[in-house]
Amino acid sequence: MIDALGNPQSLLLVGGTSEIGLAIAQRLLRDRGGRLVLAGRDRAHMEDAARALSRDLPAVEVEVVHLDLTTTNTHDGVLSDVFSPGDVDVAVLAAGVLGDQRRAEVDPGDAVAVAQVNYVGTMSVALHVAMRMEGQGHGVIVVLSSVAGLRGRRSNYVYGSSKAGIDVFSQGLADRLHGSGVRLVTVRPGFVRTRMTAGLEPAPLAVGPYEVAEATASAVVGRADVVYVPPALRWVMIGLRALPGGLFRRLDL
Amino acid sequence: MSERLLTGWGRTAPSRACVVSAHSEAEIEEVLATAGRRGVLARGLGRSYGDAAQNGGGTVVELGELGIDGGRTAIDLDPATGFARCAPGVSLDALIRHALPLGWFPPVTPGTRWVTVAGAVAADVHGKNHHRDGTFSAFVRAIRLSTPALGTLPLSSSHSPDIFWATVGGMGLTGIITEVEVALRPVGSAVVDVETSRCDSLDEVIEAVRRGEGDRRYTVAWIDVQSRNGRGVVTAGDHVDGSAPATLPLPPRPRLSIPVVPPGPLLTRSTVAAFNEIWFRRFPRGRHLLRQPLWGFFYPLDGVGHWNRVYGPGGLVQYQVVVPSEGTLRTIVERLRKGRVPVALAVLKTFGAANAAPLSFPMVGWTLAVDLPRDTPGLAQLLDDLDALTVADGGRTYLAKDARVRPELLPAMYPRLGHWREVRDRVDPGRVLSSDLSRRLAL
Repeated sequence: MIDALGNPQSLLLVGGTSEIGLAIAQRLLRDRGGRLVLAGRDRAHMEDAARALSRDLPAVEVEVVHLDLTTTNTHDGVLSDVFSPGDVDVAVLAAGVLGDQRRAEVDPGDAVAVAQVNYVGTMSVALHVAMRMEGQGHGVIVVLSSVAGLRGRRSNYVYGSSKAGIDVFSQGLADRLHGSGVRLVTVRPGFVRTRMTAGLEPAPLAVGPYEVAEATASAVVGRADVVYVPPALRWVMIGLRALPGGLFRRLDL
Repeated sequence: MSERLLTGWGRTAPSRACVVSAHSEAEIEEVLATAGRRGVLARGLGRSYGDAAQNGGGTVVELGELGIDGGRTAIDLDPATGFARCAPGVSLDALIRHALPLGWFPPVTPGTRWVTVAGAVAADVHGKNHHRDGTFSAFVRAIRLSTPALGTLPLSSSHSPDIFWATVGGMGLTGIITEVEVALRPVGSAVVDVETSRCDSLDEVIEAVRRGEGDRRYTVAWIDVQSRNGRGVVTAGDHVDGSAPATLPLPPRPRLSIPVVPPGPLLTRSTVAAFNEIWFRRFPRGRHLLRQPLWGFFYPLDGVGHWNRVYGPGGLVQYQVVVPSEGTLRTIVERLRKGRVPVALAVLKTFGAANAAPLSFPMVGWTLAVDLPRDTPGLAQLLDDLDALTVADGGRTYLAKDARVRPELLPAMYPRLGHWREVRDRVDPGRVLSSDLSRRLAL
């Protein structure tokens, strides 16, 4: 159960090696510890993360579970196993790939792979998690979206469109879950300095994973449905979305 | 049957449950026998502050329409003895309306009359007379309890005492109470003689509480936690003897209500400081005698409906501890003051001896209850620190108020928890009875 002050007792991280996801898990379980399930494809990397986490937070019990977002017919079984020992209070859906925009333009298969992880697979897991959380009558789902999904840009429209898909899906799922005891928080970070963005020129208002974790934790504890990190991006994006196409093209973003 | 989002009185941590109402013991036994994986819990008027009366994903049984003796009777009071057999969902308000004209009053009452008699047993509630009379259960002559494993049982302190005492304070986790027989107190009037003492420091408050508890049946102190010296007002009262109970007036219906949840908390350090100043100045300097109606004395907040809404969309956390030593009490008050949390309602008194119930809250010492806006920054850490002080002193926090204690502290707070679990496992080996509280604290 999540207590009145927002401390969860169990957390599922989909994308068990995601730096943002791990930072969120660490932040939410920092004070009280609890059960943490890391779900992902890269077992060795997740086990490293599990060891590091247990060293920092001895009260956290970490489990590692194999989950491949692209094989959606396995999701039911994996999530049944995750939910069977007890309630999952928070599920953080943080798996994501950036892809290579230039390569996708000559090899469309690359674009499909991005959509399959960021959108199709994440959507499938979110629906499985939502069903089970409705059954327990409480829970919080955190979906890592991105401001890249709010307006298509020539530099990252494959990634951006996958995030647009999951973002719209999250908005609708959040509304469906209203009144069920389950909440959904959509997190829209801007540029986050992680392995995924290593080598890229940081955009203005770039943040680190810990800033995303802090903002997400306040939303889990509080009542916000949508979180921008940093918060100023909410206004920047309103401006960018309002720009006419011709002007937007000349910005060369 | 309906799906509903439920919270406690603090309006925090909602969860959804299937709410059903039961009209007979047979229906209750049926609900227990056909329970799903997430179990069953009885809910009264939802006045516990935290998640004690929630059962996310499971079944919640409301008992408001259940009568006694297989019929629709709610209260059967013997006017000669004051023994009242009550249906479980009978509120203290209904009991007072029925019994006061005949010259009887609940022997122990919490600060609100919007609690049910079964809830009063399950939380083993106390009142301003604990130092003299003990908890509600001290006056409970018998109960009936529907259990998953042993069917419906008549229980009392002499009939299956271990199950009786596990049910007292057992937060509804041993079964569903279907009847409560309680011995009421004879009163000759609907008024109380009250002595108020306005005190400029915590030292004076403590002295006045001790004096009041020596002289009077009912004693309680309100303290201004935000003030430098811990000023406060002690009220101590006794029933006034009278001769014409038939003409006793009944409690007024609430006239004021907070109609909506305001967008933000109305209680901040500065509004609370202003409120506390007005409240303090309402009382004359020094000691003062007055005669007050019962409801004004016992239920000052019942005059305002939905008062919990003033805490805004974040809700409130009530924190109540009992600590054996006065020193620890002083440390806790000081930490709350330095923690810069807005505290409008802080209530202080001493408890008398504990009873035989393993999960009953009161024990010899000082008890302090404070209402805190949930969104107060740093609240989680502050309360964890206060828990540590409490446990180090051999004290405990109150499960009926709890929304956030660390589960691992419970065995230290309630040393007979193991015994309680043994009895629970006998009456409910399949853990049919469950609540968000029982899941959160792994009871």
